[in-house]
Amino acid sequence: MTGRLVRAIAPDAPSVRILVDGKEVTAYAGESVLVAVLSARGALRRHEFSDEMRAGFCLMGACQDCWVWLADHSRVRACTTTVVEGMHMLTRPPAGFAT
Amino acid sequence: MIRVAIVGAGPAGIAAADVLSAHGAAVTVVDEGREAGGQIYRRARSGLKFDIDALLGAEAANYRDFHAAFARLRDRIDYRPQTLVWAIGEKRLHTLCSGSAGTVAFDALLLATGAADRVLPVPGWTLPGVFTLGGAQVLLKEHGCLIGRRVVFCGASPLLYLAAKQYRAMGAEIVGVLDTTPLAAKIGATPRLLAAPDIFMRGLGYMNELRRAGVPMHHGVRLIAFEGASGVERVRFRDRNGREIIVACDAVAYGFGLKPETQLADLAGIDFRYDATFRQWLPYADSDGRCGSGVYVAGDGATIGGACAAALTGILAACAALEDFKIVIKGVDRGRMRREVARLRRFQRGLARAFAWPVDAIGDVDDHTMVCRCEGITAGELRASLRADFGPTEVNRLKAITRCGMGRCQGRFCGLAAAELTAHELNISLEAVGRLRGQPPVKPLPLGVKA
Repeated sequence: MTGRLVRAIAPDAPSVRILVDGKEVTAYAGESVLVAVLSARGALRRHEFSDEMRAGFCLMGACQDCWVWLADHSRVRACTTTVVEGMHMLTRPPAGFAT
Repeated sequence: MIRVAIVGAGPAGIAAADVLSAHGAAVTVVDEGREAGGQIYRRARSGLKFDIDALLGAEAANYRDFHAAFARLRDRIDYRPQTLVWAIGEKRLHTLCSGSAGTVAFDALLLATGAADRVLPVPGWTLPGVFTLGGAQVLLKEHGCLIGRRVVFCGASPLLYLAAKQYRAMGAEIVGVLDTTPLAAKIGATPRLLAAPDIFMRGLGYMNELRRAGVPMHHGVRLIAFEGASGVERVRFRDRNGREIIVACDAVAYGFGLKPETQLADLAGIDFRYDATFRQWLPYADSDGRCGSGVYVAGDGATIGGACAAALTGILAACAALEDFKIVIKGVDRGRMRREVARLRRFQRGLARAFAWPVDAIGDVDDHTMVCRCEGITAGELRASLRADFGPTEVNRLKAITRCGMGRCQGRFCGLAAAELTAHELNISLEAVGRLRGQPPVKPLPLGVKA
C-alpha cells in the first residue's frame, strides 16, 4: 500500500533519505521516524509475540508500541525519534536477535 | 534557596515553574517532549508552515500565551527537554537523556505528568491504522499529518468532535463520528456542564458544524470491531436501535476520556484514592495539590481538569511548596484560583458523565481480543486465569500470573481495562480489584546506559 499517514501540510524542510528494510524512503528534516516511515508504508514493525504488524498507537511516547530496530542493532521509539540521514530502520529484528 | 524539580512541561508544569522561579526557587523542569507544551500546546516541528489559528481556533490564544510565557521563563530555569524520569530515589530523580543517565536532586518535587487516552480493547484495536484520539491530534499539531484519508472517530469523549472538526479542516474525509454514550447522558449532565458555559457552547458548536457538513454522527453506539487485513479497513458497530452498520475507512481514532499518568506519583510514595466518577485511582492530595513529604501534583496528572485548570493547579501547587518552605507568596490570588479550579473540575465531572466509560462493554470483548497489546495477552487468557480455582481477585496478582500489564507500556493502556474485566468477570466492584502498582523503570531503558 501507499503511505498510511497523510502530510496535510507540505514540509518546508530539506529532504532526508532513510532506509526501511534496505529500501529507500524519502523523509523531511525534523520528522519523527514514525511519520517518515508511515508516510510511505503501512506499518512499522512486527509484534514480538504474534504475527501482527504494528504501526504505533498513542503517538505520544506513552504506549511504547513503536519501538523499532535499527540496522546498527540499536532500538528507538519511532514516535519521539527524529530521522537522521542514512538511518536504516528494520521492521523485524536484525539477524540473530529473537525479538 | 529551595531546589524544586518539576516533571512535565505542559500548562501545569510551566505555570508552576514560573511562580517558583519568580519567588527565587532553583527550578529544574524535566520534560520528555522536544519542546515545552505538553500534549495540548504541542508545538509544530521546525520546517512546517502552520496556520495555528486556523487549526486551534478558540485555543489559539492560549497556545500563543503559553509559548510566549515559556520563552520569557526559559533562561530562568534549568529546562531539560527529551529527558525521561525513569525512577525516583531519596530526594532524587533518575533521568535518561540521549542514552546518558543522570540525576536531579530536589527539596520539593512537583509532578505535572499529564494524561493519555484511556482505551477499551475493541476487537481489531491492534491493527495498523487504529490510533488513540489524543495521538491523532498530536500528530496533526506537531507534524501536520493526518492518520489517514477516510477517518472514523469513535469512543466516548468530547474531543471526538473537536478532533473530527480539525481533521476535516485539514482535508480528511470524516466517514463517521461514533459516540458510545447516548444523547440522554449528555442532556442529564447539562447542569454540571453549565459550570463552564463557554466550553459547553463551543462543544455544541463543533457538533453542529459537523452535522451541517453532513458528517455521519451516531450517539449511543456499541462498537463491535475494527476490521481489515494488513490494516484497518472498516468499523463495525451497532447503532442505538441495535442495527448493525459497517463504515469503510482507512484510519480510526478512538478514546474514552483520559487516564492520568500516575506512575511517578506511585514511585514517589503518594497515596491513591479511588474516584467513582472517573472510575480510576488518583493521587491523593489536598485542594492545592499537596501530597506530603515535599511532593506535589498538578494538572491532568493529578485529576482530569483540562488545560486551564492545569495551569491554575500548577500555580496552586507551586504556592503550596513555597508555603511549606516558609517562603512568602507575593501577587497570587489563591482564593480566586481555588474557586476557578473547583468550577472547572465540576465541569470535567459533568463531562465524565456525559461521555462515560461504557461499563458493560468489557463483557462484549471476545476471548481472542488482546487486552495487553505489549505482551499479547487476550481477554480469554485473563478470564481463564480469573475463573481458575484460587484465581486472582486483584489486578497485581492477575498481572503476575498472566503478564498482562508487564510489557513495555507498564500497564498504561491495559491496566484499567484489565481491572474492568476483572470486576466484571468476578462481579465485584472496580474499587475492590485495586490498581496496578507502578514499577521502575516506568518506561523502557536501553541496556548499556552511560552513567
